[in-house]
Amino acid sequence: MLESCADPKSLEGLAWTLCYLTTGKQVLFYWSFLTVLTLMAITAPIALGFGFGGALATRAQFAPLRWFGKGYTSMVRGVPDIVFFLFVPVALDQGLEYMRHKVLCSDWTEPVRQGSDFVVCTAAKLPLSSSPQSVHAVYGFVLAVVAFSVVFGAFAANVLAGAMQAVPHAQLETGEAYGMSRRQVSRRILIPQMWVYALPGLSNLWMILIKATPLLFLLGVSDIVYWARELGARKSQIYDFPHPDWRLWYFLALLVFYLAMTKVSEVVLRRVTSRLTRGQATMAGEAMRKARG
Amino acid sequence: MSCGQIILDYGLRSIGIGAQLLPRGEFTLCHQFTLIGSGLIWNVYFAILALAFGFFAATGLALAKSARSRWLRKPAEWFIFVFRGSPLFIQFFLVYEALVMLPRAGFDVFGMTIATAWLTRAWAGALFVLFLNTAAYSAEIFYGALMAVPKGDIEAADAYGMAGWTRFRRVLWPTMLRLAWPSYTNEAIFLFHATTLVFFSGFPSFQQKGDALYYAKFFADKTFNPFVPYPIAAFYFVLLTLSLIGLFGWVNRRLNRHLPGARPRLRIRPQIIR
Repeated sequence: MLESCADPKSLEGLAWTLCYLTTGKQVLFYWSFLTVLTLMAITAPIALGFGFGGALATRAQFAPLRWFGKGYTSMVRGVPDIVFFLFVPVALDQGLEYMRHKVLCSDWTEPVRQGSDFVVCTAAKLPLSSSPQSVHAVYGFVLAVVAFSVVFGAFAANVLAGAMQAVPHAQLETGEAYGMSRRQVSRRILIPQMWVYALPGLSNLWMILIKATPLLFLLGVSDIVYWARELGARKSQIYDFPHPDWRLWYFLALLVFYLAMTKVSEVVLRRVTSRLTRGQATMAGEAMRKARG
Repeated sequence: MSCGQIILDYGLRSIGIGAQLLPRGEFTLCHQFTLIGSGLIWNVYFAILALAFGFFAATGLALAKSARSRWLRKPAEWFIFVFRGSPLFIQFFLVYEALVMLPRAGFDVFGMTIATAWLTRAWAGALFVLFLNTAAYSAEIFYGALMAVPKGDIEAADAYGMAGWTRFRRVLWPTMLRLAWPSYTNEAIFLFHATTLVFFSGFPSFQQKGDALYYAKFFADKTFNPFVPYPIAAFYFVLLTLSLIGLFGWVNRRLNRHLPGARPRLRIRPQIIR
């Protein structure tokens, strides 16, 4: 906090605004934007990995694995994603605590579910009740990342499974005719070729991910929505910086933030697409070749 | 308490008919199925009305976006960009805060008082947001389809001497709908799923009247057991999504019935989430 802001009640106009925008809580609000960006940066590769695994599983020869893959890719089709956002963190938390409970407190005889309660021994609690607040925050964030990765992995699996089907079948058969095994065909022909077919779907998915980040709020993470509500609420005279209900303006700022993110992503993704389609044996690649003469 | 009694008590609880209080201490499967199913009324209400109103707004917006005049095109483009480029969650909050700022007592227009308090209620405010949102998403789909209407169709219409409204109603519009329908089915499904966000965003649930997910979360919080209520909600949603696909598939067949050979299949892709 700036030194001139020591007595905010005496300030006016620009100085007041400047001091208001640099209070500790405001700075936390700015940092929460980083939380959102971190979430996207971590989730995107993990979800891509999940999706890749799921898409490969749909083509597996081992039937139960194939069923799992099909189930995973279709789970987001019929059920709202918010159900998963609410379900996955709690289920994961209880699952982890239950496993720790089994390992750490093996002499415990009472059932874990007692009526409307879920009771594990103190040592199995996650995070431990003695751990500092920051550990709780990080744990909550990690659960959120897992929930996002599972849901977006399912979306990505959908896209990648479609892309794998789009790779010309004749090429795969040619590979087999050369005596490659199923696995070799996958690794050498299917996987390198599918990305260009997957790209439109994946860029769409990135846009979706951007727009899903405010749901962090539902998972109890102190994200931008949380701080916008907190800081925007009416502050009476007992606060240093009293102001009327400003939530509308805070949310307007968030709206602008998201619109900017969308716009920037659109521009970047368009460049990436044109870079990847160059020289490809697809309609877009052919059009590019002709345009350049 | 028998299951029949529970259904009588809670079957219409989400719209305020039946028991006053939510169940306490006793959370049987029957309770959970009944109450979550009762909440589904709201999801269906939001989805049907938003889609019905949004459909016409989207057609208008798509036409405006394809108009030659800047004054029609630019506002339509901006509207579509704003609602497609930002999260629905933020839109809910923003509109709610904006509606709360309206004067409580209502406006005075020539001695008549126009009440505004009802706008902050979910049934009106959230419906309004969902309507705008689906209008924007559908408009983009319809615009794409409008651009894909075969040139020959338009020339044929011209040759028959059709123009203006007749040409639109008898040639452009049916073809646009036919081309847009698979994507529009996706849009409808994801709008239906998006209705679960209503009671988790700014809009408060009045007297604990909420939607399916609201009650599912209620049970999950009360019983500390997410493994029962959420799958129940998921079950209901899968069921309704399947009936939605059935309904839209029927319309799809009707739109394409004049075409010989293979008709475009409905492919459900996760294209649209808000």
